[in-house]
Amino acid sequence: MTAPALVRHAAVRKNRFTLGQGVRLAVLIAGLVLVLYPLAWVIGSSFKSDAEIASNISVLPTEFTIEHYAAGWNSFDVSFTRFFINSAVIALLTVVANAVSCLVAAYAFARLRFPMRGFWFAIMIGTLLLPGDVLIIPQYIVFNTLGWIDTPLLPLIVPKALATEAFFVFLMVQFMRGIPRDLDEAATIDGCSPYGVFWHVILPLSRPALVTTAIFSFIWTWNDFFTQLVYLNELEDYTVPIALRLFIDSTGQSSLGAMFAMSVLSLLPVFLFFVAFQRMLVEGINTSGLKG
Amino acid sequence: MALTTASAPVVPEQPGRRAPDAHKRRGPGAGRGRQGVAGYVFLSPWLLGLMGITAIPMLLSLYLSFTDYSVFSTWEDVEWIGLENYQEMFTGDPQFYRAVTVTLLYALIMVPLKLAAALAVALLLNRAWRGVGLFRGLFYLPSLLGGSVALALVWSALFAGDGAVNEFLAFFGITGQAWVNDPDYALGTLIILGIWQFGAPMVIFLAGLKQVPVELYEAASVDGASPWRQFWHVTMPMLSPVIFFNLVLETIRGFQGFTSAFVISNGTGGPVDSTLLYTLYLYKRGFAEFEMGYASALAWVFLLAIGILTIVLFSTGRFWVHYADGEDR
Repeated sequence: MTAPALVRHAAVRKNRFTLGQGVRLAVLIAGLVLVLYPLAWVIGSSFKSDAEIASNISVLPTEFTIEHYAAGWNSFDVSFTRFFINSAVIALLTVVANAVSCLVAAYAFARLRFPMRGFWFAIMIGTLLLPGDVLIIPQYIVFNTLGWIDTPLLPLIVPKALATEAFFVFLMVQFMRGIPRDLDEAATIDGCSPYGVFWHVILPLSRPALVTTAIFSFIWTWNDFFTQLVYLNELEDYTVPIALRLFIDSTGQSSLGAMFAMSVLSLLPVFLFFVAFQRMLVEGINTSGLKG
Repeated sequence: MALTTASAPVVPEQPGRRAPDAHKRRGPGAGRGRQGVAGYVFLSPWLLGLMGITAIPMLLSLYLSFTDYSVFSTWEDVEWIGLENYQEMFTGDPQFYRAVTVTLLYALIMVPLKLAAALAVALLLNRAWRGVGLFRGLFYLPSLLGGSVALALVWSALFAGDGAVNEFLAFFGITGQAWVNDPDYALGTLIILGIWQFGAPMVIFLAGLKQVPVELYEAASVDGASPWRQFWHVTMPMLSPVIFFNLVLETIRGFQGFTSAFVISNGTGGPVDSTLLYTLYLYKRGFAEFEMGYASALAWVFLLAIGILTIVLFSTGRFWVHYADGEDR
């Protein structure tokens, strides 16, 4: 299409829809208020007095108190310091394990010719659709047989180091298809083996895909509940989500403030990632259709 | 099943698409042997994971679904009981039917509403203007915090008897109730939580909307089509592959809701099993009651159900999904 047509089109739209534009914006803002209210409310409530939390639907506290944070931090026999460290260790190990193993697998699928490649690729795509919840029972049985249940890091990390997160393999395969093959050819002619091509061409150029993978691995592991619930059985091994759940086990309304304070802190790392990588996150799921 | 259908849109390489390049010219023998070995070297972690973490455990659980295995059993005293687990499931376990019903209700109500919200907001955010990126990001935020325990806790506080939702309703003189403790409404609060996280499909819709050629709208407005007609005759057909993709993804995800139900019902699926999602039931039988054999049978039925569902979705897709010149997504 020609440029003038585009301009004319835009102009026509603009004139016709000034009112529409205003309505659109009003609807969007109303929607946004609705969507963000629960988040704002929990943040505000974590600074309210106990009496006020239940009865006050406004976001801002009438009396500001910070004591829920201190109380919440030490609610259980083990303090949240430990839970945050546990969560961070598991999340960081997962990030590294996922990034390395999925990149390597993706390189094979995207760039190398080997017997039965199509077959394995189809299987990999199939595992994308395999519900993780179905696998948890059989995996538990195997890890239990191997005696890994007493060392909870193994069942949580080993699967990641073996590229079982097919989403990331797929994401990186898609990404690598965009890297010009001429680069591989040139490196090969210069005497690079497939390993050299991986190391000198693909690895440095895959940085954006690696960053996307790292961000999403971190966030999903940080939010994960099911697998951690299954494998973490000792209080001192608990991660933040598993510990948060203790609030509903142990007490009722009296600890609502502490629970909210710790909930806010647990959302904080994800929120900071969101602020730092907002554009990348949104584009990441744009291109790959990742789960959110 | 799901394997072949899913792999269709992501054909690895179309020979015609690439120019005959150096790599082909060297003939089949030259680099191929080396690449063949390297291929398997690079693939080895994935292959090991496929075998050890996925395939073997699955086959094992298939076997155990015909036994009365509990985690405490030693391998010697695992007793083969044939189809008894499956028989019990279908004829003697009302909770199984309860879980199936709750899951179907949850997915059937939540998924269409979530996709509708996602599409509506995506259409509003489609045109570029200053600040649109911020809006997109903020609508997406709940999806990101999605399955976290913290949000489920917040949700149960919002919908509690003395929670903020009822305070809000009181403004209008409506007396609410303890939503999360009422069997008639507890699932509804979970559905609302699910819909609230419409950001992920929304972003995928936005990507799809960008692909619709502007010329089509041009042509339609020249022909005098109203915005409404343009939506139905241009946007919807052009967007159908993306709608389909989101539908499959969200349906499968809808079947797997666990965290929110677990947290809101404190692991019970209550009140009176009204939030007993299938995965929650599976967890209860396997990890709370230690009936791993029965839980394995539950898992296999679930897997088959998702497989059948995927096939059904893909076969209906043929009638309404419009692929422009067979392009992939």
